[in-house]
Amino acid sequence: MSEKQGKMTEIRWHGRGGQGAKTACLLLAEAAFFSGKYVQGFPEYGPERMGAPITAYNRISDEECTVHSNIYTPDHVAVVDETLLSAVDVLSGLKEGGVLIINTTKTADEVRDELPGFEGPVCVVDAKKISMEMLGRNFPNTPMLAAVVKASDVLDEERFISDMRKSFEHKFHDKPEMIEGNMKALQKTMDEVRVE
Amino acid sequence: MAIRERMSGNEAVATAMRQINPDVMGAFPITPSTEIPEYFSQFMADGLVDTQFVPVESEHSAMSVCIGASAAGARAVTATSSAGLAYMWELLYVAASSRLPMTMAVANRALTGPISIGNDHSDSMGARDSGWIQIYAESNQEVYDNFIQGVTITEATRIPVMICQDGFITSHGVSNIELLEDEKVREYIGEYEPEDYLLNSDHPLAVGPYGTAPYYMEVKRQQAQAMKDAMPVILEAAEKYGKITGRNYGFFEEYRMEDAEVAVVVIGSSAGTGKAAVDRMREEGKKAGLIKLRVFRPFPRIPLAEAMCRVKAVAIMDKAESFSNSGGPLFSEARSALYDLPQRPLAINYIYGLGGRDITVEDFDRIYDELFAIEKSGDPGDVYRYIGVRDSRDGEGQER
Repeated sequence: MSEKQGKMTEIRWHGRGGQGAKTACLLLAEAAFFSGKYVQGFPEYGPERMGAPITAYNRISDEECTVHSNIYTPDHVAVVDETLLSAVDVLSGLKEGGVLIINTTKTADEVRDELPGFEGPVCVVDAKKISMEMLGRNFPNTPMLAAVVKASDVLDEERFISDMRKSFEHKFHDKPEMIEGNMKALQKTMDEVRVE
Repeated sequence: MAIRERMSGNEAVATAMRQINPDVMGAFPITPSTEIPEYFSQFMADGLVDTQFVPVESEHSAMSVCIGASAAGARAVTATSSAGLAYMWELLYVAASSRLPMTMAVANRALTGPISIGNDHSDSMGARDSGWIQIYAESNQEVYDNFIQGVTITEATRIPVMICQDGFITSHGVSNIELLEDEKVREYIGEYEPEDYLLNSDHPLAVGPYGTAPYYMEVKRQQAQAMKDAMPVILEAAEKYGKITGRNYGFFEEYRMEDAEVAVVVIGSSAGTGKAAVDRMREEGKKAGLIKLRVFRPFPRIPLAEAMCRVKAVAIMDKAESFSNSGGPLFSEARSALYDLPQRPLAINYIYGLGGRDITVEDFDRIYDELFAIEKSGDPGDVYRYIGVRDSRDGEGQER
């Protein structure tokens, strides 16, 4: 736990409008809040249109953070749509040793091959496959969130899982099948993904 | 016991409105304040408030609804932003000159030209002469606290109040917040008992009549007096609020100013970013401080000047242009306030953050470095500067 104390973690999300990068960012803020952290979760708004690249940010810390700027040197980067690799410099400012967490069917080495010069750690998550298997629908947010928590080591995993159950129970109180489906997607992601 | 939550600035304002349970809300949705009437509509649908919600076809009408409601004797609120606030312009003056209490949430955003949805203060700064009280917030916590205090301030002063926060930056940013219990909010604001109102048939009155030349100027003089008299009311509201929350507010906040040699004066969320730069400077042994202005109308001329004159050099920051070729609105007023003091600091202006342009801790580092250089040389150079813009006028190597 010691390295999770006193340190601020900054995460930058890349997605396309309508894919839920903002939602995943706000879910992470919520999960971190439940863990007793100080949190910030905020999207960067541009011309809002479906499919346009969007960015969202998280700051997670044990102390209040008053900084209200965007994040230029993230500890980790989460990419919800792999087609962004050729469109946006997702690695911009990524700190040494920072993890690239990416929703893809590719392997970590295949992802690195697409990013010349990048030799840092990668965490691949096939969020669509996990979501289809566990929820029967493509909601990549829950697997992405779980992968970010696992790869960033920013939250205590057991606490995170129990907090998320409460959160899903609250959110889906009239759709109980969504509670179990989301929990299974969360657990499966936590079990399967690793930083390579 | 305070309620620990996490929410956006917009949800925080909507929550304050739910706890206030106003009689009337007139609203038209506009980015980025749209979420406020959205959340509030949900509270209506859930039966959590008994407010008369009047959805209208424009902000001009939203303000008209509030004017009508307040004149009738109701506690009225609304929310808007940017072009929506601009569309209310004509009516802002009607509300203020008719001395109608109401509380308006503003999510600050650039005015169009070119089209922008980004944050800056050009909307409410443009409305600074309309006769409204203006209170600005650094965070979701502050905008929540300010909105609740705003209700007591507007009703005690009979001046309408604008509660401003930075659009998107705090309006859509989720972070930690401490809420008051509903009953504590209701106890704090009390029942609204208007002095005179249209629905009081025992005391008929006219609201908003023609102000002929023999009367118009007296009305304006009384508004000016009311703004002056609002100063102690704002402090009393803050003191009473501090007693129940432990969160203390004034006209401005002084951050590490005790022994500061240079200071930045700034409004809104960027003050938080500036504080991080102050901390960094202090770690290097540099005596930097920051003043965050909370109340812009009425302008706390004397106390602000007294706070600024304790340093040698001050950078006054404006998130709005006024195209005066002499600096932004805060600079003009803050620098003018220093004129009466025999010992005054060198003062420079930075225009920053227009149309959503980000300002970083590193930008503030540069500003503080510049201030220390000015302190040393005694030469402020060109006082009217920009920061964070692709332009030669960014303050470096400027001749006077």
